[in-house]
Amino acid sequence: MSVAGTSPLRTIATGVLGLVVTAACGAGILSALGASPWEAYRLIAAGAFGSPERISYVLTAWTPLLLCAAGLLLTFAAGVWNIGIEGQVIFGAVFATGLLRALDPGVPAWAGVVLAGLGAMLGGALWGGLAGALRAYGNVNEIFGGLGLNFIAGSLTVYLVLGPWARPGIASTSGTLPFPDRLWLPTFAAPPLVVPGEAILGLVAIGLVAGALRGTQFGLRLKAIGKSSRAAYIRGIPVTRGLLWAFAGCGGLAGLAGYVLVIGAYSRHQLFPLISGGYGFLAILVVLLAGSNALAGILISAFFAAVSTGSLQLPLQMHLDSSISGILEGTLVLLALFMRGMQARLAPGEGDR
Amino acid sequence: MNLVALAAAVVGAAPPVLFAVLGETIAEKAGVINLSLDGLILLTAMAGFAAAQATGNLLAGFAAALAVGAACGLVVALGSLTLRQNQVATGFVLTIVCQNLAYVLGSPIAHVPGPQVPYTPVPVLQHWPIVGPLLFNQNPLVYASVLATAGVWWYMFRTQPGLTLRGLGERPAASFARGVDVIRMRYVYTLIGGALVGLGGASFSLAVKPGWSRPYGIEGTGWIVLALVVFGNWDPIRAAAGAYLFVLLQTLATVLQSLIPSAPTQVFPTLPFPLMILALLLVTLGNAEPVRRLLRPLPDSLQRRVTRVLRALQASPPASLGVPFEPE
Repeated sequence: MSVAGTSPLRTIATGVLGLVVTAACGAGILSALGASPWEAYRLIAAGAFGSPERISYVLTAWTPLLLCAAGLLLTFAAGVWNIGIEGQVIFGAVFATGLLRALDPGVPAWAGVVLAGLGAMLGGALWGGLAGALRAYGNVNEIFGGLGLNFIAGSLTVYLVLGPWARPGIASTSGTLPFPDRLWLPTFAAPPLVVPGEAILGLVAIGLVAGALRGTQFGLRLKAIGKSSRAAYIRGIPVTRGLLWAFAGCGGLAGLAGYVLVIGAYSRHQLFPLISGGYGFLAILVVLLAGSNALAGILISAFFAAVSTGSLQLPLQMHLDSSISGILEGTLVLLALFMRGMQARLAPGEGDR
Repeated sequence: MNLVALAAAVVGAAPPVLFAVLGETIAEKAGVINLSLDGLILLTAMAGFAAAQATGNLLAGFAAALAVGAACGLVVALGSLTLRQNQVATGFVLTIVCQNLAYVLGSPIAHVPGPQVPYTPVPVLQHWPIVGPLLFNQNPLVYASVLATAGVWWYMFRTQPGLTLRGLGERPAASFARGVDVIRMRYVYTLIGGALVGLGGASFSLAVKPGWSRPYGIEGTGWIVLALVVFGNWDPIRAAAGAYLFVLLQTLATVLQSLIPSAPTQVFPTLPFPLMILALLLVTLGNAEPVRRLLRPLPDSLQRRVTRVLRALQASPPASLGVPFEPE
């Protein structure tokens, strides 16, 4: 499942082939809808890189993907599917919002922002740990446990936004009262760009995770569990504890993504239903494509963020649905899986080396 | 609302979930998980409505949905059986592709009126007390879904090919030794399963929730269907019972909403989803060693009773579900 190990040249060639075929599939769909594929792709590119401001938006979409992908590197290393990641993002957002509502303006803004970040990690870690505990102690398949927890987290936000945390006067699903700008995450000027501060957080996180997986006992144990949990158990590795930590760690990073979605520099600065926005699921696609290679994860996250952000121009300019980005991203990953399978069939032994 | 009317409403709203549950049960019984259901149901609902709307012919709509469902099954089968990729990975990616395809391709037909499956009460039988309004005062899809449940059960547990089907998921090596082409038969059942899921999708857009929109309002149902297959212990009858239970919860949510107008309306429709997953937990918890240890301090008689309940609920998947098969 990993691209690491095959020759870099072949990996690049496969990637380019995948991109070309994906673009061709997308062109077919766009033509079927009577739209010009060329024009649509040009709009997506312009929507992502057309101005420094647009690049800032891409960086904003990049951050939650990076954080979720960093978390998923842990669970995939341990060989489990953390489909509950969307709920963990939501829980991070809920904990961050709750803490900020309670702390501000009682404590200095910077302290509130820091505490909310830690709280979000705790919230996500609890929700992730719960999925892990259900799997480890209750024999509940982590896919269904995670999905159930996603649904519960979703219901909880709807309840909070409409009930206890409703805007004064008007309770609507559009969200809670936006936080004042003293609670927003900072931006950094790198002329001509403005970099949202959270992007640095995302890069640091994925770097730390990659380092932990490569060079610490924790990481090696997770990988041993992922290769064969029975063998790991026989060798005396605490499998249950390892799984729980993988889930909690992934949840913590997903929770941080939720925090960024609430008070990131260019976010909406409020809690609203569906705040996870599919970032968690998209990050699963990123990691399926990148395997255990963190650098590939960083690049693919950036590419997906650009496609998703750029596609937002399609409804405005061409009356097309912006979901076209999801088709392109999904098709690319599907093709990659299929090409891996074909390589393994054509050259037995080489694909899995 | 009286009980018979409530039950009739549940039976009438159940065909989409029921068909999808049956389709997935068949595929998983053969050893293949088609995880793409949440996207596939949306895509086939859209395709079925689009085809029926364009041709003005309901049968064309159902045919299109069956074809799209089978095609998606083919992709899952190709990815997992021929190319040996992880079934969960292929299915998950396909979920996202199908869902977005449905939204993009469906945008021209959003909020457009179209044909609907007519209501066809069965003469004479519809006046039978209780059973009449429940089973014979509905549309053809309801009749078909009830017959399909019985039919799939009978095929699986009472026929020779059904035995072969179960063998594919339990002991493919033994089936292979008996001369069954395991890979080919798994292809066949994955396609049939996908087509049935497609029938479920079209039952949404052509009957239970006529038309198309974005969001369509059934998002998440596919995940519930996957959970229902587990809840049903891969038995069509028990899975169907789970499907009715889920639809009942959904119907009750709407009823409750009208009874408690002060509660925020958007909360109720989301409740059946977590409740259904909790039901699933009950089914799987019984297998777990830590749970058994937890029960140990209880008095013997009570412990025996709890264990018996848990064991009756217990679900165990086909032994080779999701495991690739190497004909050697």
